[in-house]
Amino acid sequence: MYSLHAITNSVQNWLNARLSSTWVLIIESLIVIVLAIALFAALGLILVWLERKVAAHMQIRLGPNRLGPAGIFQTSADTLKLILKEGLTPDGADKFLFNFAPFVVMIVAMLLLAPIAFANGFQIWNINIGVLYISAISSLSVIGILIAGWASNNKYSLLGAMRSGAQIVSYELSAGLSILTIVVLTGSLQMTDIVQAQQNGWWIFKGHIPVIIAFIIFIIAATAETNRAPFDLAEAESELTAGFHTEYSGMKFALFFLAEYINIFIVCAIGATLFLGGWMPFHMGNWTQFNHVMDFIPSSIWFFGKTFFLIFLIMWFRWTFPRLRVDQLLNLEWKYLLPVSLFNLLLVTLIAIMNWHF
Amino acid sequence: MYTETQIVNNSDDELVVNVGPQHPATHGVLHLVITLQGETIKKVEPHLGYIHRSIEKMCESLTYRQFIYATSRMDYLSAHINNHACALTVEKGLQIEVPQRAQYIRVIMDELTRIASHELWWGAMAMDLGAFTPFFYAFREREMITEIMEETCGARLTMNYMVPGGVMTDLHPDFQKKVKAFIQLFRSKIDEYDELVTGNIIFQNRMKGVGYLSKEDAISYGCTGAVARASGVSCDIRKLYPYDVYDKVAFDEILETEGDSFARYMIRMREMKESIKMIEQLIDNIPEGDYQAKTKAVLKLPKGDFYTRVETARGELGVYIVSEGATTPYRIKFRSPGFSNLSALDQMARGGKLGDLMATMGTLDLVIPDIDR
Repeated sequence: MYSLHAITNSVQNWLNARLSSTWVLIIESLIVIVLAIALFAALGLILVWLERKVAAHMQIRLGPNRLGPAGIFQTSADTLKLILKEGLTPDGADKFLFNFAPFVVMIVAMLLLAPIAFANGFQIWNINIGVLYISAISSLSVIGILIAGWASNNKYSLLGAMRSGAQIVSYELSAGLSILTIVVLTGSLQMTDIVQAQQNGWWIFKGHIPVIIAFIIFIIAATAETNRAPFDLAEAESELTAGFHTEYSGMKFALFFLAEYINIFIVCAIGATLFLGGWMPFHMGNWTQFNHVMDFIPSSIWFFGKTFFLIFLIMWFRWTFPRLRVDQLLNLEWKYLLPVSLFNLLLVTLIAIMNWHF
Repeated sequence: MYTETQIVNNSDDELVVNVGPQHPATHGVLHLVITLQGETIKKVEPHLGYIHRSIEKMCESLTYRQFIYATSRMDYLSAHINNHACALTVEKGLQIEVPQRAQYIRVIMDELTRIASHELWWGAMAMDLGAFTPFFYAFREREMITEIMEETCGARLTMNYMVPGGVMTDLHPDFQKKVKAFIQLFRSKIDEYDELVTGNIIFQNRMKGVGYLSKEDAISYGCTGAVARASGVSCDIRKLYPYDVYDKVAFDEILETEGDSFARYMIRMREMKESIKMIEQLIDNIPEGDYQAKTKAVLKLPKGDFYTRVETARGELGVYIVSEGATTPYRIKFRSPGFSNLSALDQMARGGKLGDLMATMGTLDLVIPDIDR
C-alpha cells in the first residue's frame, strides 16, 4: 500500500541534518500552515464550483461553462471580484465584532483540519483525542455566527443567528452521539486508530444495523451543523434574505461562504473517516486478487473519493428538499434523533462488549 | 404607519420586521410589516402602492379597443384572461355576437394561461419553502406554453390577443399539433411534480394545518379562486356564471374543505389537470368560421353600467365599466382577486411561525401588479 510517510520522513531528515530542532519545528509548522491554507483555497474553489455544477445538473441547466474547461475557473473569477469589492460596515454595527466574526468562523474551520488523516501517514496533528478535539472545536463556530448576527444590527441577522444557535447546539448532541458509537467500537479517540481498526472492513459494513443508523443520523446532523438545506434556517433566503450574513459584503462575506464549504468538507471527511474507513481501501473478505487491485489505488484517492461522495450527498439534499420550519427542526432533533441515537449508542455498546461485530 | 421609535422600541418583546418591498419572498414589491414575538407572528400588515401605475385612471382616457392592452399589465401571468374579461364587458355593452370559433379559441387560450400561471406559482411557492429545483422544472414546461402563445399571438407574456368581438388573429397552423404534444408531455410531468414536491414529507409538514382559513372568513374577506375553494366555498365563475363555451365543456369545480395551505396547494395542482381535460375536449372541435365578429371601427358603449366577471388563475376578476356614451369609458374599476386574497393573510398567518408566513403567502399566489394595478 502506498504511504506518504516516505515523503514526510525524508523532509524531516533533510531538515534535521542541517538545522537545530527549534528551527526544524518552525519550518515544519510553516510548511504545514502553507499547505493548510493552500488546501483551504483549493477546496473552497473546487467545492463552490462543484456545488454549482451539481445544482445545475439537478436543475436541468449547464452551470458555469465559460471560464476554463467546464467553467472550473469561474470561482477564481468570483473570488477575485469579491476581493476587489469594498467591505462595507453598516453604520449601526458594532465595528470590532462585525469585522471579527468572519475570522472566528474561518479560524474554527481551519483548526478542524488538524486531526484529519488525508492519506496514509499524512496528517497534520496525530492527536490522541482527535474525535473529542473535533467535536469541541466545531461547537465554536456557532460563536462566530452569533457574533455576526448580533453585531450586524439587523433584524434578519439577529433572527438568523438565534436560529443558528438553537440549531447547532441541538444537533451537536446527536452528531456527538453518533460519533461516539464508532469510538465505542474502536476503543480509541485517535483518528489513526479509528482508520486502522477498519483495515479488515469499514465500520458501516462491520457494525450491523446500529452503525448504519448512526451513519444516517450523523449525515443528518452534519447537514444541520453546517447550516445546509434542508436545515438552512440560519440563512433561509426566502424568510431572512440571507440570515446572519445579510450585512456582509466583499471578502468578509466570502470568508463566511468559504467557511461553509470547508465545514462541509470537514464533516464529510469525519464521516468518511469514522464510517467509511478513511483512507482504507475497499476490501472484500478473501478475494485476494480484488483486494490487491484495490490496494493499488492511492490512499489519498480513497479518502477524497469517500469524502466527495458524502459531499455530493449533502449537495443532493440541498437541491431536492424544501426547508424545515424552526420548531419542526428542533422537534426532529429532540423528539426523534436524540432518543434514537441514545438507544443506538446503547445497542452499539452491547455489540462492542459482546464482540458481535465482524 | 410606524414611527422609527415604535419600530425599534416596541413593547412586550415584540420585534417589528419590515419584509419587503425588496425581499426574496414577496415576489415583487409587496411590503409586509410583521410584528414578531420570537419567531411567532403577532400581526401582519400589508402595505401597498409600490407598483401602482393607475391603470384604472389610464383606461378612462383610452378607447374601448385600446384599454384592453393596459390590462395585460395587471395580472401579467393571466394576461389572456384579463383581456378576455374586458372584451366580454365591451361585447356585453355593444351586444356583439362572438363567432363560435373565437369563443373556442378564447377558452383554450384561457386554460393554457391558467396552466402556465399555476406552473409558475408551483415553482415560486417551492422556492418560498426553500426548494430551488422545482422552479426550473416548472419553467421547462411553461416554456412550451409561452412558445405556443408566441406563435399565435406574437407575444409571450402580455399577449393582447383578445379584442372586442373575438380574437385578434387566427390560430397558427401548428397550434393544435403543438397543444396536443404539450398535453401529452404535461400529463407525465405533473406526476413528476407530485413525486418531487407533493409527496415530500418535509413539504407536507410545512403545509398541512398551516395558514388555516375558515369558510366564514374566506367569504367575509371576499376571497376567491383557489384560496376560497380550499376553504370549501364554491366560487368558480366558469361553473357558476359560464361565459363563452365554458357551459359546453365538462369539468369539475375543484373543492377542498381543509382550508389550510396544503388544500390550497392541492386545488391548484388538481386545477391544472382539469384545465388539460378542458383543452382536450375543445382542441379537436374548434369550428371553422370567422375568428372575429364584424364591429365598427370606433366602439361606443351605450350609457349605463356594465359588469362582467371571469375566473382568472388567481380568482374572480371583475370589470366594471361606467359609460356616458362616449368613445372612452367614464370610469373603470377592476375587482382584482389578489387584493382580497392578500387581505386574509393576517388572519391566516397570525400565531404561526415566520416560516409559515412565507409558505402561506406562497399558496395565496400573489401577483403584486394585480393588487396595486
